[in-house]
Amino acid sequence: MPEFDLKRILEGALFASRGPMTIYQMKKLFGDQKAPTEGMLREALSSLAEEYQNRSVSLIEVAGGFRFQVSDVLAPYLANLTDEKPGKYSRATLETLAMIAYRQPVTRGEIEAVRGVAVNTQIIRTLEERGWITVVGHKEVPGRPALFATTTEFLNDFGLKSLEQLPNAEDLIATPTTDLLDQMEQSSE
Amino acid sequence: MINHVQGELPLAVVEGSPLTQLPEDLYIPPDALEIILDAFEGPLDLLLYLIRRQNLDIIQINVAEITRQYMGYIALLESMRFELAAEYLVMAAMLAEIKSRALLPRPVGADEDEDHDPRAELIRRLLEYEKVKMSAEAIDEMPRVDRDFHVAEAGQPEIDERTAPPQVDLSELVLAFAELLARARLSSAHQIEWEPLSTRQRMSEILMKLKETAELTLSDLFAPDEGRAGVVVSFLAILELVREGLCALIQAAPGSQIYIRRPTDA
Repeated sequence: MPEFDLKRILEGALFASRGPMTIYQMKKLFGDQKAPTEGMLREALSSLAEEYQNRSVSLIEVAGGFRFQVSDVLAPYLANLTDEKPGKYSRATLETLAMIAYRQPVTRGEIEAVRGVAVNTQIIRTLEERGWITVVGHKEVPGRPALFATTTEFLNDFGLKSLEQLPNAEDLIATPTTDLLDQMEQSSE
Repeated sequence: MINHVQGELPLAVVEGSPLTQLPEDLYIPPDALEIILDAFEGPLDLLLYLIRRQNLDIIQINVAEITRQYMGYIALLESMRFELAAEYLVMAAMLAEIKSRALLPRPVGADEDEDHDPRAELIRRLLEYEKVKMSAEAIDEMPRVDRDFHVAEAGQPEIDERTAPPQVDLSELVLAFAELLARARLSSAHQIEWEPLSTRQRMSEILMKLKETAELTLSDLFAPDEGRAGVVVSFLAILELVREGLCALIQAAPGSQIYIRRPTDA
């Protein structure tokens, strides 16, 4: 077997892999041979990422690991590859997803309390089928309602490494109850 | 005041004369209202819209005015006998309660419980809902896979197939054939009308079947009711197809089922 540069092996594997590759999966590439250390792999990855600068494909890290991604600048061109238009989600679906993303783990009742309307079962199913949300447990209250959370796939599909990267995470995740009451006291005559 | 000013302006000009008031019998298709209602994600959303339309801060809402406008919408919808979701009515009741509390003088000395101030509660809910609404919009704007960016993938090289299709030994084929002959003999008691079977025709039939199903078993191609002759014709047809490279024979293990496939699939 010819000797390959570690960088070249990773490059090929990342392209051949169906999803993002974790460091652990990269180590497994070497089978019985002595696998490179995590440090070596990370070094090779960052050098590889550098190589791909100014190319239409770039190496990025998401929650599920590393993957090559076609630059979003090309999206308008690539959109013409397929006749199908990417689906648009309804506001109700997006708001439900937002509630789950920012407030997870959250029950359906909690989502309904904030949105002021019932959450359609179809919305939950749509998000589950897309693989973006999942039931992570049940709340120990009467009825033991399911607790929903977002998945790694959700982070991958939005190109995120963690939930902290969601827009305005600090503003939106925290509930500023004390500030709010102060403000209201000031505003009320 | 505003309504008064608006009343002076013609709403439309019909046949040269200005129209300042909507005709009483103006027909509004019920679907139109359904569309209006569909534009809102429930009573909180409708309230937010009413507040934002006046460029007001949620904290400074004038409950009396908002209640009036909200009730206006509800009344309009109800007059159309439009079936309202219960949530809209609950909100109407809540607004009415807040309004009535504001009108009544507070009993002196009565310690108003902050937690049960419905106005504070409504404001809290509106702010909370607005945050969710905004974060939903933010999520929608975030680059999303297959919409804003694409995952790069390259074709895998042909990895040495660990489950390479095993070769079929000719004796296996003969054995299978013998078995089929035996099976055909069992059913040969039936009186069958002689029908000349053409090997070529059978070849076409097999190819046709292969077009529909990628993989056939040997027994799929032998019809016992054709008797011995049918089996022979089928057998010859298969051999001929294999020879011409039009199909392939595959057997997973000695003695197991023999499959016929399209050559490209093998």
